[in-house]
Amino acid sequence: MARKTIRNIPQERAVMPVQDPATRAGNFDEVALGFDEANALLECERCLICPEPACVPACPVNIDIPGFIARMARKDYRGAYDLTTDSNLLPAVCGRVCPQEDQCEGVCAVAVNGTLEPVAIGRLERWLGDKAIAEGWKKSSHIEPNRFRVGIVGSGPASMACAADLAKAGCSVTIFEALHAPGGVLRYGIPEFRLPNSVIDAEIANLEALGVEIKCNTLVGRLFTIEQMLGDMGFDAVFVGVGAGTPRFMDIPGENLNGVLSANELLTRCNLMHAGKFPDYDTPLGIGKRVAVIGAGNTAMDAMRVSLRLGAEEVHCVYRRTDAECPARVEELHHAQEEGIQFHWLTAPVELIGDADNHVAAIRCIRMELGEPDSSGRRRPVPVEGSEFDFAADTVVYAIGTDPNPILGQTSKLRLNKWGYIETDDDLATSLAGVWAGGDIVTGAATVILAMGAGRKAAAGIRRFLGIRDTTVVYEPEKTGFENALFGIDLSERNFAHVTLT
Amino acid sequence: MANLKGLDGAVSDGPSQIAHASDGALVSSGFPILTRSDFSDTTFLVEIHHPMMARAARPGQFVIVMMDDHGERIPLTIADFDPDRGTVTLVVQAVGKSSRQMQTHCQAGETLFGMVGPMGVPSEISDARKVICVGGGLGVAPIYPQARAFKAAGAHVIGVVGFRSANLVFWEEKFRAVCDEFVICTDDGSAGIKGLVTDGIEAKLAEHGDIDEVVAIGPPVMMRACAEATRPHGIRTMVSLNPIMVDGTGMCGGCRVRVDGRVKFACVDGPDFDGHAVDFDDLMMRLTRYRPQEQEAMERWSENCRRLALDPAGREAR
Repeated sequence: MARKTIRNIPQERAVMPVQDPATRAGNFDEVALGFDEANALLECERCLICPEPACVPACPVNIDIPGFIARMARKDYRGAYDLTTDSNLLPAVCGRVCPQEDQCEGVCAVAVNGTLEPVAIGRLERWLGDKAIAEGWKKSSHIEPNRFRVGIVGSGPASMACAADLAKAGCSVTIFEALHAPGGVLRYGIPEFRLPNSVIDAEIANLEALGVEIKCNTLVGRLFTIEQMLGDMGFDAVFVGVGAGTPRFMDIPGENLNGVLSANELLTRCNLMHAGKFPDYDTPLGIGKRVAVIGAGNTAMDAMRVSLRLGAEEVHCVYRRTDAECPARVEELHHAQEEGIQFHWLTAPVELIGDADNHVAAIRCIRMELGEPDSSGRRRPVPVEGSEFDFAADTVVYAIGTDPNPILGQTSKLRLNKWGYIETDDDLATSLAGVWAGGDIVTGAATVILAMGAGRKAAAGIRRFLGIRDTTVVYEPEKTGFENALFGIDLSERNFAHVTLT
Repeated sequence: MANLKGLDGAVSDGPSQIAHASDGALVSSGFPILTRSDFSDTTFLVEIHHPMMARAARPGQFVIVMMDDHGERIPLTIADFDPDRGTVTLVVQAVGKSSRQMQTHCQAGETLFGMVGPMGVPSEISDARKVICVGGGLGVAPIYPQARAFKAAGAHVIGVVGFRSANLVFWEEKFRAVCDEFVICTDDGSAGIKGLVTDGIEAKLAEHGDIDEVVAIGPPVMMRACAEATRPHGIRTMVSLNPIMVDGTGMCGGCRVRVDGRVKFACVDGPDFDGHAVDFDDLMMRLTRYRPQEQEAMERWSENCRRLALDPAGREAR
């Protein structure tokens, strides 16, 4: 076969169907429907299989992207799945929620001169993950049990990745989750239309197949402490992956009015507690007709799109910068706009105004303009004096970021930094011997894949700490200085003519 | 299996661990109800087997229970805990749909789908020498562990509890065992003194000039009245707040309360706060948030119960 070049590959991305915006705004089914096999194979053709791929180092868990695409292209799907899951436990999840445009797809050689779209790596990964779930594929690695027990706090993506790696290394792993269902932010945070619960269930089942035990309804810190886990509970090491789940508010007047809630609360009620199905499920939602969401990150997009699906007539986004600075994934922003969500850029709330029943009725906003760049490199929004106006809303949702959860800080001697995140060294070891931490509780709010990368890195640290050989490092005997030599003669000479037999 | 080996290793560390490994202290669902007793038509007590929580619990903490996978997460203050028997006691007042469902479902031998805790910062058992522990309504049960803890810390404990009438009184003997003085207040005067708990507090404040601290648990109106009763005397008054919660781990922010002008999360910053600094209007206003939905759920539940009574065969219709 002729070598693939940028000119002879399919120029356009293969088609991935999405649900029609008008239809999907009324249901919780997935928006992006995923490739079918033909389109997946077509998209595989677009990968140049670069010998020195840029996408692999751009991936937080270094998936061998050209490797799995090459296997897919020759219909060795099982091989592609096994190769992917060497690096990434959750292809069906990451294919859906990774910000690929900032990672692998952002550096794809196909798109490097700007005329073509990059290979749809995320969509291929998702197709592969879904295929594995449909076929019931499990990673069939042989596990040699050892005597070590590892306790993991939290069951989100960082913990899942860490648990999988340690289980494969032979440790007996127990995950402790405070809520009544495992999955962490994948379960309570990301809505059904972006990540179906069935996908999370399948990935959790994969973990359990590796022998990982999951204990829900267990609040570590209060039921027992991390120190107790290492002490009388007999764990040899502990990984803390509790995320940064405490919602931020702005400390402006009127925040405690009824109808004002955090995106976390809205999403938890909807995703974990199924409040959308009230009164079949007991948890109420109480969302109004005109919803305003403050913030424009991925959580804000989720909150807005959930509100729309739960019966809000109008959903508005209030953000103090412009769409150029908006931290949400491009695809999410685009989907939200398609569904009819109205965006109010350069607008910041200064006060929430209530009605006679202490229910929120309006947001007093002020117009902003962009000033000099700040420390994040984004232009700092500056209020325009005298530009206040009132914006009617009967539900106001805060999606302006999160802070670390205080419970472990209150109950253990883990050293925290000044913002309350856990302090670790480069290998993610904490100030307590035998305790590692990773994900949002170390870095602050980030992405699923970064958390998984941190979980894997911590697992490597824990393996070293426990003295378990790292299977990813190939053992080589020490160099003797006589390599490539036979009877002291350099093999590279390839010529034994001068050897004389005596 | 490697897992069992690990557990055996833990067991050999000490005798207390044997109980801990064999009695399923780490069960993640299906929490067995050992005993149930009713104090009145609406108030009942359940004792739940959870040895690990029984050891971890401290006065002032709460749990979140779930009846089934369709249920709400219901925060309930721990009324008592017994590390020896491995039990946690909850006292529930059946007022809404979920608590009425608990009243029907929570019989000895049944299990709870979910129970997590102990949650919240434990109450500070200060070195106060003379303390009034006040409980009203639902707060009567959870004030008991506080009274017991203060007694154990060597304080002179004055218990003041309020009920509507004599037939609703419970745990009198239990309180008398840990209180140096004990006052029952009833609305109709059918037991103890006639009046509200604040009347009991006023009487005791007048009697003792040297009260160091007051701890009050009950409905927000009552806690506010207690805080107002002690404010002129400048006596430290701790109250236990009960706002609407979802997860109880500091994640949703539904339980935010205003204390000293600052927003606090009752689940992780509390539930105990300085009663003189709490904005009770804010708390009570926020408690009405889901009133219409609560009403709707309640009516639906009553209707279903009525239908069930008429036609016990139609059990499946939820």
